[in-house]
Amino acid sequence: MTVTWQNLADAMSLGAIYALMAVGIGLVFGVLRLVNFAYGQLVMAGAFALALASQWNWPVWAGIALCFAVVIVLSFAMDWLVFRPLRGHSPAVMLVATFAVAFLLENVALLWFGALGKIATSVASLNQPWAISGVDIRKISIVSIVVAGLCLFALRVLIERTTVGLHMQAASMDFTTARMLGVRANRVITFAVLISGLLAGVVAVLLTVQNPLVTPDFALRDTIIVLAGVVLGGMNRIVPATIGGFAIGFASGLLGGALPTTQSQYLDSFLFAAVILVLVVRPGGLFTRARAVERV
Amino acid sequence: MRRAVGLQQLLGPVMLVVVAALLGTLVSASTQSYFTDTLVNVAIVVALYVFIGNSGVLSFGHISFVAIGAWTAGVLSVPVGEKPAIMPDLFHFLRTTTTGNVPSLALAAAVGGVCALVVALPLMRLSGLAAGIATFGVLEITHNVLQYENRIGPGLNTFSSVPETTDLRQAAIGAVLVIAVAWAYGRSRFGRLLRASREDSAAARAVGVSVYRQRLIAFAVSGALAGFAGGLEVHLLPVNTESVYLDLTFITLAMLVVGGATSLWGAVVGALAVSALDSYLAVAENGTSLFGWHVDFPSGTRELVVGALMALVLIVRPGGLTGGREFKLWPR
Repeated sequence: MTVTWQNLADAMSLGAIYALMAVGIGLVFGVLRLVNFAYGQLVMAGAFALALASQWNWPVWAGIALCFAVVIVLSFAMDWLVFRPLRGHSPAVMLVATFAVAFLLENVALLWFGALGKIATSVASLNQPWAISGVDIRKISIVSIVVAGLCLFALRVLIERTTVGLHMQAASMDFTTARMLGVRANRVITFAVLISGLLAGVVAVLLTVQNPLVTPDFALRDTIIVLAGVVLGGMNRIVPATIGGFAIGFASGLLGGALPTTQSQYLDSFLFAAVILVLVVRPGGLFTRARAVERV
Repeated sequence: MRRAVGLQQLLGPVMLVVVAALLGTLVSASTQSYFTDTLVNVAIVVALYVFIGNSGVLSFGHISFVAIGAWTAGVLSVPVGEKPAIMPDLFHFLRTTTTGNVPSLALAAAVGGVCALVVALPLMRLSGLAAGIATFGVLEITHNVLQYENRIGPGLNTFSSVPETTDLRQAAIGAVLVIAVAWAYGRSRFGRLLRASREDSAAARAVGVSVYRQRLIAFAVSGALAGFAGGLEVHLLPVNTESVYLDLTFITLAMLVVGGATSLWGAVVGALAVSALDSYLAVAENGTSLFGWHVDFPSGTRELVVGALMALVLIVRPGGLTGGREFKLWPR
């Protein structure tokens, strides 16, 4: 196993992207107690928007704008049509429902664009290597890390320093009490869905640059891995969830790039075996202190 | 009287399966394959119900045991002469043995059950989301290992040359068998204790129910049934790792949820209803006439409609079509 700088940068950038997805999933979970399995399909929709924009020869900024618009509209539609009617149901029912939404959206994409997908050519220029003191590193790796860092920082400020952020924190600790103390449920949820959608848009752009071939199952694998990472870190709090997402992305990026093929084909098995092991030993997550007792 | 109620709960689902099978004998051979497929789906969904329905814990991992059952029955029943061509890297004892149809199904159930038991030993300590993700992990690991482990199966290739012994009759008998086992389990002490823990885990614990042990038993039983159903499937059509992965997980969960996850009746009704719709759409994708209009649905419509239906049922009727209740002739 040999680790190169390129490897390390790629792993870092994958970890950074997964951390963003983890925050997107974790924010909605915090206020709705809902694990959004369909999060990856938001990213997929954004990626298709980019691909379409590049097919219509739109400038890059217009493509990115379209991507964000599509993702946010879809994100709100999902909230209105599915999450809202299901509020208050058991987490298992909601997980199955988002599972259904995920497959629904995947098949909409399949019907619309076909199994072979589309290529987003206009954003591919970012994918070229950059020579930094003799080491070639893909531009997008750096961009991903920086963008993710900025997003996480902005989010931290938002959550810690603004009223609505404070409301969100309160809601994710104890929604009922928070509402009694004057937190407006719909506003907090709308806000969480909006931020989560914005993050999905960012992830869509970053992932599409790294992997310009957009297929209907785009980001599906990533979502599964991020979900595992989020549960691994600790679903109940944002920071542990983010660390979990980053850790699993970093580990899978590093091992996937550095191991020889005969071993890396079993990477998924090792990754999920590790996840199961951690869950069995610490069901509340790796990076949480309090023991979360959950009643089925 | 109580026995009569119990018997109804068995006979209702069995009658449905028998009716479906009899309907299947009336149609052309090509349409019949849809009926056979449907009955195998019934077996898979009932296997899922044994664990998910009775325990109330979600499992995304049961299709692993379907896959393991399919692999077991498939590898064992390919004729010895053809094994080197299809699966050159098999273990020696697998390469030199071939079993008949029934033993291969029994072994599929046995291997499925043992694997489920081993997996359940650590996993049944979990509940809620952690259980969901961990069982998902089991599915991923199984899929990954079956894909690349050429010593126990065809790996990335499709199972070919497995004798196609699952006809309508075998599928019907298999489905009825699975239903009977699920019913017997549900009526047993274990099934009742587990359902008690589903309704109120704290109260069940307080009267001395070991939730862990009850879930373990249910997981192993449902793993064995899933393995058996996988055996039926591999004898029905050429299976590969993708046909026993996410899509099957989704569609069978959809069937269970649409029917009503907390009853055997719901599992069977859901499996039959969704399969019927799915089969109709599959036919319709090849062009059909609807009320005199010629409609030609593009491929992919099936999953779309089933996904929408599943979300709709969850929103409008979270208990499923049957409301999660058992079959009763005279509702009171």
